[in-house]
Amino acid sequence: MANLSLKNLVKAYGATEVLHSINLDVEDGEFVVFVGPSGCGKSTTLRMIAGLEEVTGGSIVIGDREVNNLEPKDRDIAMVFQNYAIYPHMTVKKNIAFGLRSSKLPKAEKEQRILEVAGILGMEDLLERKPDALSGGQRQRVAIGRAMVRDPAVFLFDEPLSNLDAQLRTQMRLEIKKLHQRVGSTIIFVTHDQVEAMTMADRIVIMKDGHIQQVGTPDEVYRNPANAFVAQFVGAPSMNMIAGTYDGTQVALSSGQTLDLQRGAAAGTDILLGVRPDDLHPVADNAIVEGKVAVREPLGPETLIYVDTPSGEVVAKADGRRPPEVGEVVKLGAATDDLHLFDAKTGQVVS
Amino acid sequence: MSATESLKPTTAGLMDAASGTSKPRNMGQILRWLVLFFGGILMVMPIIYMISTSLKWPHEVYNVNLIPDEPTIENYTYVLEDGRFYMWFINSAIIATATTISNLLFDSLVGYTLCKFKFPGRTLVFIAILSTLMIPTEMLVIPWYLMSQQFGWLDSYWGIMFPGLMTGFGTFLMKQFFESVPDDFIEAARIDGLNELQIWWTVAMPLVKPALAALAIFVFLGNWTAFLWPLIVTNSTEMYTIPVGLSGFGDEADVAWELIMTGAAISTLPTLIFFLIFQRFIIRGVVMAGLKG
Repeated sequence: MANLSLKNLVKAYGATEVLHSINLDVEDGEFVVFVGPSGCGKSTTLRMIAGLEEVTGGSIVIGDREVNNLEPKDRDIAMVFQNYAIYPHMTVKKNIAFGLRSSKLPKAEKEQRILEVAGILGMEDLLERKPDALSGGQRQRVAIGRAMVRDPAVFLFDEPLSNLDAQLRTQMRLEIKKLHQRVGSTIIFVTHDQVEAMTMADRIVIMKDGHIQQVGTPDEVYRNPANAFVAQFVGAPSMNMIAGTYDGTQVALSSGQTLDLQRGAAAGTDILLGVRPDDLHPVADNAIVEGKVAVREPLGPETLIYVDTPSGEVVAKADGRRPPEVGEVVKLGAATDDLHLFDAKTGQVVS
Repeated sequence: MSATESLKPTTAGLMDAASGTSKPRNMGQILRWLVLFFGGILMVMPIIYMISTSLKWPHEVYNVNLIPDEPTIENYTYVLEDGRFYMWFINSAIIATATTISNLLFDSLVGYTLCKFKFPGRTLVFIAILSTLMIPTEMLVIPWYLMSQQFGWLDSYWGIMFPGLMTGFGTFLMKQFFESVPDDFIEAARIDGLNELQIWWTVAMPLVKPALAALAIFVFLGNWTAFLWPLIVTNSTEMYTIPVGLSGFGDEADVAWELIMTGAAISTLPTLIFFLIFQRFIIRGVVMAGLKG
């Protein structure tokens, strides 16, 4: 086990730079999730850590070694791939043993390790099976087993759950998290699914267009997003953004509504007022926006209401027992602490 | 499978429309069977004639009847007692086997490299290899011969084999099949500490077994039945392959067709066995090739 650090990491294909000076420190035993829309550079970063992509600039340090020019096998890492990459012509046991090929352990000890890993993953009775006789979840477990058996310094997961169905995904998510708590290794996990990121990570790295947008605990990125992108990417349904202006003490929305809000100075006067649907509810007074309910989505305990306001469509949560009717005019309000202010031009938070 | 099944009614429907009878479904069925029946007859006829001729006495050979008047196995006894036939059989076996192994190894090695590695000039190399498919053997025979003469390869196993040890077709076939091997497998193996040659051998090759089987059949049959080049490059009877040897049965005055057909019938056996062993792979190989599209 070891810590990992990326220093000014750059990746370019020809003249096109796809990763712009990434800096990140991952502590020993930490579970870090890279998340972002496709093309944000998260997988590229992971593949560079694995040694499958060349580093254009900067450095990758695992433990106390710079690994930029080391072969993947010499980096003390293991990787789990999106489509498992377990070899169809080998039994489960051989697949797991494959991870130990280059290790110099005595044979008996290798055998011991394989059984141990199979035990942890609950696959003792599947060892003699071929992959085509396994379910998707079991295959994924074999892939994880092959990575575990090497006892690497860092585990790399490249969207390992995206080929599974929704139910299995939830289950494997939990299993991987439990596994991490049990073996305590450093894990870098790449996903495009923000729910996966929120539920599994110790820290989340949110990326976009080859830049890190924010690094923080799930709670931090949810409660205190650094910019409008993070704010909208994290949480579902995503945060409402209402355009307006801000003079340092007061927000004026395009509908004419004004709110007193004490925040720092913004670069310009144009702002976006962000408020999560979870924080926005029908209220009697002190409303932020007002409009007609267009659609209702009952979720059981709550009902999502889509409201047409002068500032565009806004999503809010209403009580599931007595939600407003479609066509009804509702006033929506939120606690001042739950309001986020972003600079309309740069997207940066105004705090 | 499902695609074929879903096509069936449509094909039958078309047939029905064409025949326009009151029982269209049956009519379509009958038509299809008829076409297949005559196709089958067309394919089997030469083989039946070969066997039939091999069972005839010399005077009856030019008689077109299918069943010999006085069937005999005399020809078989003669061919099998003639020591030369074994010699040719062994020559053919050695040449076809060695060439097949060579093709399986080298075609797939080159195909794999062209498919999985990015290097400058890759496309150029691939096109160069592909372009060799467009040159007919007849055109190459003379340069091959001159080359063999220069290197002293005339009338030797090496001389017979060298033009076919690697083929553009095989390389192309293998490259296409390696496309179906996901890069993840290769990268996973790389992380697991295998070198590139080990990855090719232990990870990639087992995943293209159907293609290897298909290639093995093509190459083996091609070399087993090769006639023109072995005829040109060999001089001594000891170096003949079966097709070359058989063509020399008889004397200047008369071609001993009954003996040639007997030899041909016997020499069909190994190819038949070879095909029976590998056919389940070749069918899968063809299906896979089809699916890749």
